[in-house]
Amino acid sequence: MGEFSDIWNRLIDGQEQMTTYSIVLGRERHVFQDLKSVLACASPLKSGDVLAGIAASSNERRVAARYLLADMPLKTFLEDLVIPYEVDEVSRLIIDRHDWTAFASVSHMTVGEFRDWLLSYDATAERLLAIAPGLTPEMVAAVSKIMRNHDLITVAGKCKVVTAFRSTIGLPGRLSSRLQPNHPTDDPEGVAGSTLDGLLYGIGDAVIGINPATDNLEACTRLMVLFDRLRERFDIPTQSCVLTHVTTSIKAIEAGAPLDLVFQSIAGSEAANKGFGVDLAVLREGQQAALSMKRGTVGNNVMYLETGQGSALSADAHHGVDEQTVEARAYAVARELNPLLVNTVVGFIGPEYLFDAKQIIRAGLEDHFCGKLLGVPMGVDVCYTNHAEADQDDMDNLMVLLTVAGVSFLIAVPGADDVMLNYQSLSYHDIVGLRHQFNRPPAPEFEAWLHRMGMIDHTGRLAPASASGAFSRNLLSYGASA
Amino acid sequence: MTPFERDPFARFRNATRARIGLGRAGDALPTSAILDFQLAHARARDAVHGQVDFVALAKQLAPVPTVRIRSRAKDRTIYLARPDLGRQTNAADLPSSGDPYDIAFIIADGLSASAVEHHAVPLFKACMKRLGGFSVAPVILGEQARVAFGDEAAAAFGAEVAIVLIGERPGLSVPDSLGAYITFRPQSGRRDSERNCISNIHADGLSYEVAADKIVWIVREALRLQLTGVDLKENAEGAIEALPHQEA
Repeated sequence: MGEFSDIWNRLIDGQEQMTTYSIVLGRERHVFQDLKSVLACASPLKSGDVLAGIAASSNERRVAARYLLADMPLKTFLEDLVIPYEVDEVSRLIIDRHDWTAFASVSHMTVGEFRDWLLSYDATAERLLAIAPGLTPEMVAAVSKIMRNHDLITVAGKCKVVTAFRSTIGLPGRLSSRLQPNHPTDDPEGVAGSTLDGLLYGIGDAVIGINPATDNLEACTRLMVLFDRLRERFDIPTQSCVLTHVTTSIKAIEAGAPLDLVFQSIAGSEAANKGFGVDLAVLREGQQAALSMKRGTVGNNVMYLETGQGSALSADAHHGVDEQTVEARAYAVARELNPLLVNTVVGFIGPEYLFDAKQIIRAGLEDHFCGKLLGVPMGVDVCYTNHAEADQDDMDNLMVLLTVAGVSFLIAVPGADDVMLNYQSLSYHDIVGLRHQFNRPPAPEFEAWLHRMGMIDHTGRLAPASASGAFSRNLLSYGASA
Repeated sequence: MTPFERDPFARFRNATRARIGLGRAGDALPTSAILDFQLAHARARDAVHGQVDFVALAKQLAPVPTVRIRSRAKDRTIYLARPDLGRQTNAADLPSSGDPYDIAFIIADGLSASAVEHHAVPLFKACMKRLGGFSVAPVILGEQARVAFGDEAAAAFGAEVAIVLIGERPGLSVPDSLGAYITFRPQSGRRDSERNCISNIHADGLSYEVAADKIVWIVREALRLQLTGVDLKENAEGAIEALPHQEA
């Protein structure tokens, strides 16, 4: 449909609407037929872009596209849309919400000048936050393509995006975590075992979030009740989330279930979102439903959103746009919903989208950078599947890089092994290690709770879990008689 | 030490295979937990990158005739990065036309060589015991093959129903799980929603006998109703699923 209307428009106008971009390097002239081709070719090598047939055909061509990109005014991305305004509601959202006042201070810059400015001392946390509404996903994706990994870390580390519900996420110098107690059949005792284990490691200040085995309303409600009772019993300043479809969450709210956060997977094109069974209207409806519950204590950010490079391609809804740029467009959708948490599930989707650890690590840093620069509270599921060229050492690398880059939160599962989704993430231990090594305590409300429970010793470190401690005993015996 | 202190998670161990209560070496995982994890990952990796010994497989299947057909993915690296090529047959390997058949079995390596080597032959034999009266094409041995590979391969034999037995994406707890995908009137371009799937066929999962019962039931229903997929649902309880999404 999108392609058809595009061709139709050109026929009607009787002229080529697209601009051709070209550059001469040495003896060779590199021609790119449109803006999205420049973006795709400038992207670091990704198997997904190769699969889509849009990756640069040579290393030189990749750098040629970057030279072109560097000289391109940021304004270009407001005039030449990678997915036409007429056919895509995400494009309309991006353009209609663009804030010219916020854009003013960088509006004269090229992408290359923008990179230099982002890295300059002039780009402080306050200035970065102020220009965020003036930036579009295509601008941040473009600048990321001419940045090295360390550039992405440096700039993301300066961004400050703070959100809150029962705990405050994203404060400088802190590292939050999602506790992910998945179970292949949602067995309550099995879920409880993984949850209590995580709490003993001080995990779960961003969210206690489970991927349910089924999307069934009753099963999801049972899990919501289980987490809510646990939270109330121990007075834990965090929020829980059952990661079910937004429409199921809306039904659960209508039925009076104790729901904290509405979850949804989102992507960067209208068609890809349709593939997830959502559009902007139903997402806003979900947000309004959750707000009506008034369950937040320190803030009103009620949405939890997940994204990941490759989802638009796998839904055949990428419009020929490279996987990183489409991913950045998902953050425009996220930004509209004032989420508490957004995370890219970076290595989950498989090697046909991100082939190996080099691609996964790069994508994780890109996603975190783009999200933060657009003002989104970005977390990352540092993860991989068994058929990707990656292992736990690679996850160690990425988790350290992201911590240095000031990631809002990371996801952790028992022993790094998700027994329901059959992939590997970080372990509870990894979060504890990062917090201690880099002096990144959890959200302040949660940190205070850990103190109250006697879990943190006099040095501010999480004490080794002692099963004989009163809190451990109490926690681990929870629900045993139920 | 009280028993509680030794393993306070004992209570949960029957309820979950999650790696809970592992203990700590400083902030890190203890040595035994690290090595256990690495062993599980190594087995999963070996399953993904292992090569099915199709010569041995053909011998095990004898006297049933077999045909080897490669996909357009030349090697494992291309196979993993380019699922589109793994779904297409290498035209040179296809037979010239002959008599049509009711059923074609495709044994495809998929993402787990060990799943195919452990479970494909006994499952095939269990199915054949139940399929008297049907004409069955030579067994197609699919190399570097994904599920949709079976559409082109079975169509080349004029089969009414394709049964793809394929190695599933390995998890850490089960590296050798086999899946069976049944497609009525297989042809290039069939959507995944037009197939039925029985998954988790392995030592701790679905047994060969139960899986074969389900497969043959679907085949008979497919031929009676002239369809597979979301519109063909098993009434009895069980693990038959219509496929909502693309195959992994």
